[in-house]
Amino acid sequence: MERFKVTSSPHIRDVDSVTRLMGDVLLALLPATALAVYLYGLRALLLIVVTVLAAVATEAVCQKLRKQTITINDLSAVVTGLLLALNLPAGAPLWMGALGSIFAIFIVKQVFGGLGENFMNPALAARVFLAVSYPKLMGQYFDPATDALSSATPLALLKEGQMSEMPSMFDSFLGTVSGSIGESSAAALLIGGLYLLFRKVITWEIPVLFIGTVFVGTFLLYGFDAQVALLAILSGGVFLGGFFMATDYATSPIHFNGRIVFALGAGLLTVLIRRFGAYPEGVMFAILLMNAFTPAIEKFTAPKIFGGAK
Amino acid sequence: MEVKSFKGGVHVPHSKGLTEAKETVVCSPPASVFISMRQHIGAPAKPVVAPKDSVKKGQLIGEAGGFVSANIHSSVSGTVKKIHTMKIMGLDTTVIQIDNDFEETWHESVKPRSGIDQLSGSDIKNLIMEAGIVGMGGAGFPLHVKLSPPENKPIDTFIVNGTECEPYLTCDHRLMLEESDQIIQGLLFMMKTVSVKKAYIGIEVNKPDAIEVMKNAAAPYDSIEVVPLAAKYPQGGEKQLIYACTKREVPSGGLPADIGVVVANVATTKAVADYVVMGQPVTERVCTVTGSGITTPKNLLIKVGTPLQHLIDECDGLTADSAKLIMGGPMMGNAVASASFPSTKTTGGLLILNLADAKIGETTACIKCGRCVTACPMGLQPVYISQYSLRDRMDLAEKYHPVDCIECGSCSFICPANRPLVHSIRVAKRHVMENRRKV
Repeated sequence: MERFKVTSSPHIRDVDSVTRLMGDVLLALLPATALAVYLYGLRALLLIVVTVLAAVATEAVCQKLRKQTITINDLSAVVTGLLLALNLPAGAPLWMGALGSIFAIFIVKQVFGGLGENFMNPALAARVFLAVSYPKLMGQYFDPATDALSSATPLALLKEGQMSEMPSMFDSFLGTVSGSIGESSAAALLIGGLYLLFRKVITWEIPVLFIGTVFVGTFLLYGFDAQVALLAILSGGVFLGGFFMATDYATSPIHFNGRIVFALGAGLLTVLIRRFGAYPEGVMFAILLMNAFTPAIEKFTAPKIFGGAK
Repeated sequence: MEVKSFKGGVHVPHSKGLTEAKETVVCSPPASVFISMRQHIGAPAKPVVAPKDSVKKGQLIGEAGGFVSANIHSSVSGTVKKIHTMKIMGLDTTVIQIDNDFEETWHESVKPRSGIDQLSGSDIKNLIMEAGIVGMGGAGFPLHVKLSPPENKPIDTFIVNGTECEPYLTCDHRLMLEESDQIIQGLLFMMKTVSVKKAYIGIEVNKPDAIEVMKNAAAPYDSIEVVPLAAKYPQGGEKQLIYACTKREVPSGGLPADIGVVVANVATTKAVADYVVMGQPVTERVCTVTGSGITTPKNLLIKVGTPLQHLIDECDGLTADSAKLIMGGPMMGNAVASASFPSTKTTGGLLILNLADAKIGETTACIKCGRCVTACPMGLQPVYISQYSLRDRMDLAEKYHPVDCIECGSCSFICPANRPLVHSIRVAKRHVMENRRKV
């Protein structure tokens, strides 16, 4: 009769697993991914496939070399690869996607200890790495309407003050404007973001406060024009960053108060970089900077212990 | 209906459907009972009978081993077979084996008490001490100790814990439905011992029938209020329950008495009435035998010292795929290797899980999702305590206050990476507490 299994409590667990969470993120990115393929065709599809495969392969090779258990089944490398691909312009050569993935997984993730241990969002860091190393190639945006090269993204126009050239609110929301293949459609990203909120994969603090801060900040800095402020959040990486990148578990604070500080900081930095920096877009730099501040934020916003222990 | 609660916690599947609608039935008497002298927190009781002695039901067989200890009484009439040491959950435990004569003869001392209205608070407290009543919700803290707060800490509020937030268990639920008047009576006696004017009975809203019944039973008394509580784990944690009812926080390292509160479980409360009115000490209790690994789940009225195997047989045996035997509920209960262990005053549940339900996913890397932080009802950061504990850096773990952990297991439950959070925090907590004791 002495055959019962003995483990310490609790004896039941929630059904969520890391693989399931990552799977949900992939599902949430499906509308934006599908739209990218629809708008940019085979070019985008190939870029996505190559970038994702490179990310997964890099993870497997790193773990194999270090004689660790290969954990590509947890889908986290797929998420990184897909996020990076969605951050690239349609004109990016395939090798650049692969190089970015190798950088993201090898340098940013595995060198720092793998899943959960990286201090910067791998996909965002890779985007910055590529933007700095290959500024010209990373600027090869296409206009989905004409399928021609077009560097005049809404944010570039905003930067140059060419308000009259800006796309309509409707086009910006739908995403039929030039930009990275997966970040221009606020609509598609919003659907995915709401799904993540509904599935409780992410909490509301970061997306709502980040996007809200960019809106308010733009309103204040660009002549109190609500229309411009609205265009500013519908353009560039605000929705992709707010729902999918700034919410990255490993690189954002683990508790509520910390997430609030993080989101406000990232929103504020985005507006400041867009307004005063050399680049038209500030989301990626803003989030990466806040990634670096995350340990400090966590320290100063630790939750209050019940019973008042200090 | 206003529903009160606490911060944090997790929503666990209640899994109470197996037994919540089943009336308590009296368990058949076992051929022998094995009565442990270690059924409570504090010093073990000392046996006052010897082998071959004949004993009666309700007779004192173990005497409290100090103030923080409790008397123990025989749950059957019969003959003391032997007194020996058993290893129960890692502890050497003295066990008195009594062979049952099946006569159920009560000891002479067990008789209805007269003049109970004239009993003073301290009379009642002495009776509670005599009866060996301990916290029957699981902790087993001797009740008379709770009712003896230091003089500089006046008690103004009494709380009865009818939350039963552990999944699967329905023993307290059934007790509230079936013995509501005795619970109120026991509460009135206890209120007298610490002379408080206000009492709350906290019940989770997933037991609307129990709320209804207890409200009716409490209706004649203005001083007693039934408080509907959110069905969220660990609503029945002492500190969480006090907070939900009174918005007071037990200070870190302190006791409920520090903020003027005493808490007792419904079964404990009923036991007070049993002894004060009928003279019956704690010899039996309701125990839920349930789970996917048992053929017929039941709420049983069991004798203290019944071997777990007897309870299993009473419920038509184990299923072929049964895999785990847990004394208590799935969140805080102890898994035991053997069904030869006996039940105690605190055995409110025997949960048997089948292979599928007992399966716990593989532990993977922490992704820093922060769910454990959101879930912690104590406002701790389980992720960091655990991380340092697992690296044996107890100096760093201590900075994150593992001693405030109530070991409810919400963090481990919610962790998508199935990390051993509460387990490693427990290790850090023991380590830190031991170090402090040495200093």
